[in-house]
Amino acid sequence: MTLTFLIDALITVIGITTPILLAASGVLVVEKSGVINLGVEGMMLVGAITGFAVGFEFSDPWIGVGAAAVAGAATSMIFAVLVLSLGTNQVATGLALTIFGIGLSSLIGTNYTGFAALPFDPPFPDYLAQDPIGRVIFGHSAFVYFALILVFAIGWFLSHTRAGLVLRAVGENDFSAHSIGYPVIAIRYAAIAFGGAIAGIAGANFSMVITPLWAEQMTAGRGWIALALVVFSGWRAGRLLAGAYFFGVLMTLELYAKASGYAIMPSQFWAAMPYIIAVAVLAFISARDGRSGKEPACLGKPFLPNG
Amino acid sequence: MGNFTRRDFVKAAAAASALPILGRPAFAADPLKVAFIFLGPVGDYGWTWAHNKGRLELEKALGDKVKTTYVENVKEDASAVPILRDLARQGNKLIFATSFGYMDQVLEVAKEFPDVKFEHCTGFKRAPNVTTYNSRFHEGRAVTGTIAGHMSKSGVIGYLGSFKIPEVVMGVNAFTLAAQAVNPKIQTKLVMIDSWFDPAKETAATQTLANLGCDVIATHTDSPAPLQFCQQKGIYGFGQGADMSKFAPKAHLTAIEDIWGPHYIARAKAMLDGSWKSEDFWEGIKEGDVKISPYNPIVPKNVQEAADKIIDGYMKGTYDVFKGPIFDQSGAEKVPAGKAMSLGELATIDWYVKGVQSA
Repeated sequence: MTLTFLIDALITVIGITTPILLAASGVLVVEKSGVINLGVEGMMLVGAITGFAVGFEFSDPWIGVGAAAVAGAATSMIFAVLVLSLGTNQVATGLALTIFGIGLSSLIGTNYTGFAALPFDPPFPDYLAQDPIGRVIFGHSAFVYFALILVFAIGWFLSHTRAGLVLRAVGENDFSAHSIGYPVIAIRYAAIAFGGAIAGIAGANFSMVITPLWAEQMTAGRGWIALALVVFSGWRAGRLLAGAYFFGVLMTLELYAKASGYAIMPSQFWAAMPYIIAVAVLAFISARDGRSGKEPACLGKPFLPNG
Repeated sequence: MGNFTRRDFVKAAAAASALPILGRPAFAADPLKVAFIFLGPVGDYGWTWAHNKGRLELEKALGDKVKTTYVENVKEDASAVPILRDLARQGNKLIFATSFGYMDQVLEVAKEFPDVKFEHCTGFKRAPNVTTYNSRFHEGRAVTGTIAGHMSKSGVIGYLGSFKIPEVVMGVNAFTLAAQAVNPKIQTKLVMIDSWFDPAKETAATQTLANLGCDVIATHTDSPAPLQFCQQKGIYGFGQGADMSKFAPKAHLTAIEDIWGPHYIARAKAMLDGSWKSEDFWEGIKEGDVKISPYNPIVPKNVQEAADKIIDGYMKGTYDVFKGPIFDQSGAEKVPAGKAMSLGELATIDWYVKGVQSA
């Protein structure tokens, strides 16, 4: 087994992990504020088509990524208005948002099916990525670096900044936060918009780098894996990073095993694995005492200050 | 409705054959309603896209004599049943179910609506009002396998599959046998990704195959994602379902195009003139259902000629990739020399030929 072989395998792991890690990072912030938004898949698809279409029309992938973030955030605002201002059920509204996002992205995408996007070059110059080591460090798309920076930034934000503590307070006990004067609804609006923007960028990762083209439902359920991953991580940024790469390694190992003529487990097992683990983690943390690693206490509960 | 006896069938058939004469003037103004259920989204640029193209050709060819509708993203499970039932209740008289996994659901609903005709794509179970139709894609794969055998320097070629169903197994075997006819040492590495459409996983699987030494990779999933990776990596691939050369002009050697329009037009016409009956269609290169896209100019002349020879052989009926001797993975002889596999045997094939490395 040569170094080049291992590095090529690692590049596959990074490629398959990055969009899940991105989407999950956004989900983490939203859930920390006490809101569960199951519309991730829908927002990713809206981001995917917007990133592709705008990048294609302007011949500039960076404008495309920016537009994907805006589109993801705009889509999430539909959810935010419904659940925060009108007090609708978060789970039902989130599911509806996914269905809406699938439909909207297909509609916008009708005119963009069958085109290839411009290559989205890595942010580092070519000469740095000539040898295998250079390739694994400098050869990735901007999404890979952004995802890594983002997850560290979120971890730091949540545990080391005042704003992060306020966000967590809102998610843990919305009435207390409200009574000491924090604008619970406004903070949740901001968290949802952030999650939407990041989901949009995660979607653009599909249509601009992984497969530079638009195809309906091209995210193929990654939004759901991102949601499961946040549960798996126990709502912690560090574990989220480790968990995302753990899944990426497992998925890649499965492919290598198959291509080499081995079936470690039936493939349905691998497909179900993220969800099985998420359920196992949920069962584990609810059986355990104490608050550490538990979901934010107000997760999914509507907050109506005057109600 | 449970027991549909032979006598009922004869009566129904007699009534049906009388219908065109008695009923036609009265029905002339009503368009024939034709419905389709699709596995993927119509914008997948692969399998479903090709079927939808056939549907649009049908509309264009028969104009206001037909009215078509479709339902996309229909899962291959029990949820297809109410969808089929609804389509039948809405007055659709001819319903195409365009994926293997709808087989039993179609038969179930067909029993409830004996006057509605169903056509199931790639399946093998029929009924008086259920026709099956398929294309002999393996003929196309014999052509691409021939090209792969010539173009592979490493002697290791890749096959990215979806599920282990006869249609895919047949493709793997045809591709491998044709490549081995060029270079007997060829090995095929096979990865099934358990999905027809998942661009990210298709890309990852293609990367895996390339890293394990495959330098020509065939795809039996629906997106152009694998080709785009082949282009980056400087290796070769083939389009699936449609000419995908614009996604990867350097890597795309040719493509197997699915042509469904003529079948849909012929069957709708059969409904209109009352000649529809339950049949089993399995047509290929000769009938125009399977088409090979123009070769990439980087394919050398002698390789193009070798590929053309296979196409020509299928046109004339002189070539068959499944002619013995054929051995399975363990080396046991499955088809003796001088014999060829029948279409019936192919339709239920579940073993890989020698030289295929599979999990």
